[in-house]
Amino acid sequence: MTALPVLQHLIILPVLLPLLAGALMIIIDERRHGLKLAISLSSSLAQGATAIVLLMLVDGGHWENGIGVYLASNWQAPFGIALMVDRLAAMMLVLTAAIALAAQVFSARSWGRIGVHFHSLFQFLLMGLNGAFLTNDLFNLFVFFEVMLAASYGLVLHAYNLRRIQAGMQYIAINLVASFLFLIGVALIYAATGTLNLSDLTGRVAGLGAQDAYLLCIGASVLALAFLIKGAMWPLGFWLPRTYAMASPPVGAMFVLMTKVGVYAMLRVWFAVFGDGAGALAGFGFQALAVAGMATIVFGAIGMLASQEGTRMAGYGAIVSSGTLMAVIGQFQGEVLAAGLYYLLGSTLAMSAFMLLVELTDRLRPPGISVLAVTMEAFAIEDNPEDPVGVGIPGTIAFLALSFVGCALVISGMPPLAGFVAKFSLLHAMLDAAAATGDGVPVMTWLFIVLLIAAGLAAIISLMRFGVRTFWATAIDVPPKLRFSEAIPIGMLLILCVALTAGAGGMLDYLGCTADGLLHGGQYAERVLAEPPVARTPGKDGAQ
Amino acid sequence: MEMVLAISIGVLFGSGIWLILRPRTFQLITGLLLMSYAVNLFIFAMGRLWIDRPPITPGPAIDPAQFADPLPQALVLTAIVIGFATTALYLVIMIGARGLTGSDHVDGREPKE
Repeated sequence: MTALPVLQHLIILPVLLPLLAGALMIIIDERRHGLKLAISLSSSLAQGATAIVLLMLVDGGHWENGIGVYLASNWQAPFGIALMVDRLAAMMLVLTAAIALAAQVFSARSWGRIGVHFHSLFQFLLMGLNGAFLTNDLFNLFVFFEVMLAASYGLVLHAYNLRRIQAGMQYIAINLVASFLFLIGVALIYAATGTLNLSDLTGRVAGLGAQDAYLLCIGASVLALAFLIKGAMWPLGFWLPRTYAMASPPVGAMFVLMTKVGVYAMLRVWFAVFGDGAGALAGFGFQALAVAGMATIVFGAIGMLASQEGTRMAGYGAIVSSGTLMAVIGQFQGEVLAAGLYYLLGSTLAMSAFMLLVELTDRLRPPGISVLAVTMEAFAIEDNPEDPVGVGIPGTIAFLALSFVGCALVISGMPPLAGFVAKFSLLHAMLDAAAATGDGVPVMTWLFIVLLIAAGLAAIISLMRFGVRTFWATAIDVPPKLRFSEAIPIGMLLILCVALTAGAGGMLDYLGCTADGLLHGGQYAERVLAEPPVARTPGKDGAQ
Repeated sequence: MEMVLAISIGVLFGSGIWLILRPRTFQLITGLLLMSYAVNLFIFAMGRLWIDRPPITPGPAIDPAQFADPLPQALVLTAIVIGFATTALYLVIMIGARGLTGSDHVDGREPKE
């Protein structure tokens, strides 16, 4: 029996590692925090290393067209479940590992010790996320979504109290309904095309009869509803700010990533099914997605302005960022998509860091002040803090304030950090694309540009208010204690943002290739369907 | 047969939607259960309806037209298991909320009269 090349086994490792680590930690006694944390951290580190190796393999031309395929149980592609790693999936794996590591280190001091099975649930959440990024099969995507959601139900209730249970109930109910929609969509797509393998689907769409094409469009739209509930599209995203505000900070940081999973699934499925190869159906729904994305930006920006608590602001910020991404996907254009993916990286990192940071800054503020913040501005109430005389800035405050400035710059898209590069290249790419067609910039594009800038303004105003209230207007008598385990993850995420900015050129090249690959869905079909199973007779070399 | 199945799926799903919009957690979970039945039947029906055709083939040389599509049946099994597990999880949270809030309203408190 010929063996599969070792490197190919790496593709399934990001699913297996957290599964094994999570299962192992269930049987370890709850009092041994150190051991659990060590297992959990090493599992995440190993996932990060695997993700980076996969990224290098994919980008380094190890596999043809930069697409690696793993046939689960050695079943040939349309019949079994194929896992597939391309540039986009590898990038998302790296992002997941980075945020997971930060959240875990952050949870070391307190959150991981409150309640039971935190680390196990966390690893299962990672398993669901990694699986959703890697799978190339719609029903398998459903299964990984459910793994991810089941773990997130447990995590949202972690360290449960009354408010968490109230928010959690609504979150779970909405997601259960979304799962039903997901199933209906998958069933309709199967009924119309007879396949659930995404790459196989790409080749079949163009040849469908009129009746089946209708079925497919209905099925895909229902499926999109399920994705967009997770991605918090307006008007499906009302559950999000409340849930995020209630979740414990490390969990909140992971949830920021989970909204992106909805967007990722949307991107994957839509480009595979309604890409250029779809014949008469090519481009179906992109316009609607662009409009919905813009509505989501408006909703998120207004919500940000109205938020009084930091966590709620972060929730609305996540809505703005997924709205932007939906509008970007809706443009259906390679350059714009590349810039959008860059935006995704920067905003997710900064938003997660902000989620963690808010918990620390809340220690600076006396309870109740956040409730007053907006009211005071609305009624122009002066509050006169006592003049600080000759007080130096304590180190912890300086760190918190600097990190806050970093997050704010990325989230609002101000120079010099990644947010600005992302927004600038988005605008540039859109205007370029419009210029290439020769008949001027369409109204929709103008609208999107205006909204992008307006959303940045809303973010600046609300974040500035938050910053002023937190760092300047509060009389801080004793600077709060800050552990290294809490400062390091925030610093790490922000350093990644800075690195992303410094390496923007290379990153955008990489993302350009990513977007290019997505636009040519045929490549995936070629690679995935042609992947030979390992031959069972000795001497026949079935593996590539 | 198609008509009977279509109507029953519609009635189940419709009742489910009505129930999940109600304010009590018991109504909510009943609604979710009804919806999951409807969805399972729906997936099953998407493999087309057959009578007297087995989904498992005896050997390689067969006429596919004589056999039912096995895939939706496998999907339904998975969907039932997952739906069952998540509903059970929801039940636990429902009981937890009832214990903590002393109310079975979905908001965790009785509405003001």
